[in-house]
Amino acid sequence: MKILVPVKRVIDYNVKPRVKMDGTGVDLTNVKMSMNPFDEIAVEEAIRLKEKGSASEIVVVSVGPQKAQDTLRTALAMGADRAILIQTDAEVEPLAVAKLLKAVMDEEQPGIVLLGKQAIDDDSNQTGQMLAALSGRPQGTFASKVEVKGDSVEVTREVDGGLETVSLKLPAIVTTDLRLNEPRYASLPNIMKAKTKPMANKTPADYGVDITPRLTTLKVEEPAKRQAGVKLGSVDELVAKFKDLGVVA
Amino acid sequence: MSVLVLIEHEGGAIKDASLATVTAAQKLGEVHALVAGSGEEAKQAAEATAQIASIAKVLLADDQAYQNMLAENVAPLIAGLMGSYDALLCNATSNGKNIAPRVAAMLDVMQVSDVLSIESADTFTRPIYAGNAIATVKSSDAKKVLTVRGTAFAKALASGGSASIEAVSGPTDAGLSSFVGCETSKSERPELTSAKVVVSGGRALGSSEEFHRVIDPLADKLGAAVGASRAAVDAGYAPNDYQVGQTGKIVAPEVYVAIGISGAIQHLAGMKDSGTIVAINKDEDAPIFQVADLGLVGDLFQIVPELTQKL
Repeated sequence: MKILVPVKRVIDYNVKPRVKMDGTGVDLTNVKMSMNPFDEIAVEEAIRLKEKGSASEIVVVSVGPQKAQDTLRTALAMGADRAILIQTDAEVEPLAVAKLLKAVMDEEQPGIVLLGKQAIDDDSNQTGQMLAALSGRPQGTFASKVEVKGDSVEVTREVDGGLETVSLKLPAIVTTDLRLNEPRYASLPNIMKAKTKPMANKTPADYGVDITPRLTTLKVEEPAKRQAGVKLGSVDELVAKFKDLGVVA
Repeated sequence: MSVLVLIEHEGGAIKDASLATVTAAQKLGEVHALVAGSGEEAKQAAEATAQIASIAKVLLADDQAYQNMLAENVAPLIAGLMGSYDALLCNATSNGKNIAPRVAAMLDVMQVSDVLSIESADTFTRPIYAGNAIATVKSSDAKKVLTVRGTAFAKALASGGSASIEAVSGPTDAGLSSFVGCETSKSERPELTSAKVVVSGGRALGSSEEFHRVIDPLADKLGAAVGASRAAVDAGYAPNDYQVGQTGKIVAPEVYVAIGISGAIQHLAGMKDSGTIVAINKDEDAPIFQVADLGLVGDLFQIVPELTQKL
């Protein structure tokens, strides 16, 4: 079984985003970029499924600028087998990404598409569900456990009330949550080896997908800032404050 | 404009998040509500929904296939109903986030996630980059699909209405997925996302035993829900449904008490709209103090039990 893992190049998890002065977006010039952390978890899970013998090949795909090659190389260094870059400098919305991924699915015929539940830049949390709709396949979102069982996959999902387990017929779309695994670091030999792994270069036009955005961003602002308050000297002061707030009698 | 709201319910009762979504929907036009489920519980939920003051009509879809809100079964039902509506609003909860994008793609619509405000019929604000930026976006799609952040809208009045209930049906079991089971944390405490007071613990608690020994009695004293930072959940001190943050739950209680939480931006994203933030941490330079209204620097293992006792 083949596993397809879509990955996105985003602002690094540890960088505090700064809104541009002109209100057009977030300033990404000279900012460290990395693989979306949830996608890293997806790559790791695919590798573990391959190591367990549940998968035979891992294909990673990214929709983004030429620099997204670096993100794909990272995935190859972790253990993916080959990569596809669908290159565009445009900002591509989840719906259009899902359409491109559907076209890749048609070509590659994966048994599972494993991807992050959301990207930490636009925080949409849509692509996996949209891909599942467009391909007419089941979805296991916010996965904390993935187990292939014959012609289906059992996914334990992190939901508001706790955990929920669903069984999905393959092929299926699975989106990852934080507790699924802890991604490995690529070793130096594997980073070197990744340089020679195949990477196909495509464009959205190759798949006949219209990526024109449906949403227009009118402005981007900083949220209202909270001011630091006061530091109290003792528990008794805090008790008095709680009483002022009316949360205790 | 006619708007359909997907109501979330459990045991025949409506979830608070759905009441907030109804308020958001009212800003767009006439509101109809969809209750999907099966049997007596769904019927009770539909009757409760009909009582919500601002709802014009309730659609009840009663089928075994909708029992566990599997997206593969519920999304086609909603997509089928959307011929008569201009907008679909769902909660930005795990159910809403699971189902709404599937419906949006079926309708060829780009969803607007986690809506904070409705500026006009096609313009909305939403948080991006873990809430470090707020984007105002305008949708060019003929129909709108939105998920609504519950803490950003007041709850609609759950009584005073008398909407009619109409039975609807749609495709039944798609045969793609099945529900295996669930492990839900049962608690007598208020629900995390709608509690007036939240007490959250971080990695500094050190273990699951200490987390419960220190945090639970204070939460009991304050009638509070219990939350946790990602670090505490990852370390296994608290279950996943306690997690407050960018990718966990978004809370905005009147009082938020952060205990042993340093205040990573991903955690702040989940709680910085709280009324009063109280932080207890031994590191006086912890980022949490930059957003806290009231701070106490010191050893939480001494401070919290003393606080609990004195309250």
